[in-house]
Amino acid sequence: MSLLQTRALTRHFSGLKAVETVDFDLPEGEVRALIGPNGAGKTTFVSLLCGRIPPTSGQVIFDGRDISALPAHRRINLGMAYTFQITSVFANLPVAENVALAARRREATSAGVARAVADALERVGLGDRGDQNAGDLSYGHQRLLEIAMGLAQAPRLLILDEPTQGLADAEIAAFKALVRELASSTTILLIEHNMSVVMETADRVSVLNFGQILAEGTPAEIRANPAVQAAYLGTA
Amino acid sequence: MDFGPYLLLASLEGAVTAAVLALTAVGLSLVFGVMRVVNVAHGEFFMLGAVLAWWVAHLVGDAHPAVGFLLALVVAPLLVGGIAVLADVTVLKRVNYDPERTIVATIGILYILQQVTLMTYGPDARPVEPPFNTRLALPFVEWGENGLQLYWPWGLSTTSYKLAVIGAAVVVLLGVWGLMARTRIGLLMRATQLDRDMALAFGIPVERVYAMVFGIGAGLAALAAVLIVPIQQAHYLMGGDPLLLSFIVVIIGGLGSLPGTVLAAVLIGLSDGIISVFFSPTLAKILATLLVALVLVFRPQGLFGVRRA
Amino acid sequence: MSDGARSLALHGALLALLLAGAFVLPAYHHGVLARVMVLSVYAAGYNIMFGYTGLLSLGHALFFAAGMYGMGLAVQHGGVTPALGLLAGLGCGLAVAFALGLLALRTAGVAFMIVTLMFAQAGYLTVLYFGPYTRGDEGFVLQGAQRVLFGFDLSDAGVRYIAALILFAAVLVGVLALVRSRFGRVLVAIRENEERARMLGYDTFAHKLGAVVISGGIAALAGAAYGLLFGYVGATFASVQYSIFPLLWVLLGGAGTVIGPFLGTLFMFYLIDLSSGYTSAYMLIAGVVLVALTLFAPQGLAGELRRRIWRGLP
Repeated sequence: MSLLQTRALTRHFSGLKAVETVDFDLPEGEVRALIGPNGAGKTTFVSLLCGRIPPTSGQVIFDGRDISALPAHRRINLGMAYTFQITSVFANLPVAENVALAARRREATSAGVARAVADALERVGLGDRGDQNAGDLSYGHQRLLEIAMGLAQAPRLLILDEPTQGLADAEIAAFKALVRELASSTTILLIEHNMSVVMETADRVSVLNFGQILAEGTPAEIRANPAVQAAYLGTA
Repeated sequence: MDFGPYLLLASLEGAVTAAVLALTAVGLSLVFGVMRVVNVAHGEFFMLGAVLAWWVAHLVGDAHPAVGFLLALVVAPLLVGGIAVLADVTVLKRVNYDPERTIVATIGILYILQQVTLMTYGPDARPVEPPFNTRLALPFVEWGENGLQLYWPWGLSTTSYKLAVIGAAVVVLLGVWGLMARTRIGLLMRATQLDRDMALAFGIPVERVYAMVFGIGAGLAALAAVLIVPIQQAHYLMGGDPLLLSFIVVIIGGLGSLPGTVLAAVLIGLSDGIISVFFSPTLAKILATLLVALVLVFRPQGLFGVRRA
Repeated sequence: MSDGARSLALHGALLALLLAGAFVLPAYHHGVLARVMVLSVYAAGYNIMFGYTGLLSLGHALFFAAGMYGMGLAVQHGGVTPALGLLAGLGCGLAVAFALGLLALRTAGVAFMIVTLMFAQAGYLTVLYFGPYTRGDEGFVLQGAQRVLFGFDLSDAGVRYIAALILFAAVLVGVLALVRSRFGRVLVAIRENEERARMLGYDTFAHKLGAVVISGGIAALAGAAYGLLFGYVGATFASVQYSIFPLLWVLLGGAGTVIGPFLGTLFMFYLIDLSSGYTSAYMLIAGVVLVALTLFAPQGLAGELRRRIWRGLP
């Protein structure tokens, strides 16, 4: 069954149709990549999903429940996690406290929080950085910290907005392995520009263009789709 | 006095308040509009204008009162503007016009100006003589035996000086408008207001524009104070009310909008005169401050402003 | 030593020093320190909002006065016992803080500062407007049985000092516990990056409202205690000046530190005390310190300590 659905989801910014009547279905357990040219409305779309911005019209349904009217924090507490496209960590707080803030929503004891923090940092390869201030990390490490904060929430749906942007090749390889490992326990929606990440991690791919779903299918189908190629080359 | 003439009198008094308030508030609004900072020391620049006016008039001494007053009209705004430019360069520029730190710093400047005035000028309220002050009785209409006719109700009068204050304020406001709309300096100010970084990229000396705007804003407050000081006396604590009222006017008129500010000043000035006829001044002030707070909460673009996307 | 043990040592030592002060200080400083302790409780309340949550209020005198007048009017006109008066003051402060929070938290940044300033100004004018009860600027004096709390006569200097110390210690321990709690850590997260805190699932509005209510409650408690301990209730304490003071003290001592409000209040009190011996324009010092702080030490005394020596200072 679908963990997440949208029905005719629409958002206009003073005349600009950023997202236009999108019907979207994401089955539980799937890794879905969301791709599209710059300005296609990808970030706006996921911001509508997790309630950062209100829709002009349409519905968001999570786990069979209409959450269109819920504020962002309530949606997060239903089991969504969102990592920011532009790194948005608590720069003046230690790395461990950043992750602990994410973990405390579900861990009742301080021992449980400490375990969840250590685990999440270990999985993204920041295990030895807990004491540093987050703002002192390199850009790539801040992106990994974002992902660790997402992991620590143990979400049912993990929304990653361009997680590999600015990562080194070795870090990207580690990220791919991490997504494959998570796929067994979590549904993942991934906005991604790096096609090798999309091809190697996604079960299915949705293509957004001018605020509308242009195509949907397996990575191989999408790669062969002429409409998608045209959209990316700008000749559509 | 009957109700009609009474209302006319209140409106005339209100118009004088409105004129002075419009000048003061336009100064505050200009600073907020271009520099995006709130100057809490604005009321003290007003106070300095009044105190310096007394000082100039006092120095001139026995000559005709008009000499001292006219000299004050030029000297006080210039001096106060200079002090403001100094404050901008030494303090505001160095906190990078950060909105919150600027407020804290201007609170500090407020106390410094106020207390230095107390130490030098002292705690007394002192008058400045108006340059001219003819009493003008005003007529009113009533329905008499021969239809509509004029009569002169007892107590309904104003002075030539009060009318001159209103006239002077209108002239200065037109001047400000001309400066902003018709001159190169105004163009630089508007460009800086629209987009500071873009203005910098186009080689506009933003820091000098800021210093100038801060100076002009303070100078306008000082000018307003020179105009009012023959009606109200100069006192080191007189800055509080103009600050509060200017805040009210700027917020109701829409932060940074000059036409909105003038409109709101006229509205508040007139209603302040009229309201205080019917309510106690304290109650009027309570209602006015609550109105400002609620406008900011529920309609942050001001009563006359347009919501920006 | 762990952060926890160091914190216990530092704050414990402060309380022990203050307790020792009750017996060794000369009468004059004894009296000054009692005032400093109560006013630093006010500053500690302010610090919850400004230092830990990042909400800069210019209207905290509203809460201080709500506590002071809630207590004073209940004792003076309601004839209740001082203990009930304290509760009445606290209740008033909490209610006012809740209402103000609901409205003012719809705004942010500069608008929030002006809204709080305006509401506090309206509160000050309200005190003047009800002059027949509040006696306006002149204020009224509490005396005799009105100042006997649980059998202890607060007009006695020794009793007053101990009462101020008990209040100070209780609030110090309470604030320490608060900033180490989950709630307190979320407040810091909101100060650092509100949008991120929201997207971690925290109801940031509710947390900020909680911070305003706690902050206003502590300020009101300080106001009520001040009125009771020093036997005077007056409109000065509702004026803009008393909204600026806690900002000044907290900035000076170090925003977002538990010990900062006390250090700032102590320092400023003696500075003004010293200067008022020479001039009536002692607020000049406050102005100069404010400007100097924004320019040279936005972190304050304890903030510098945290930056240079002890990063884990709570």
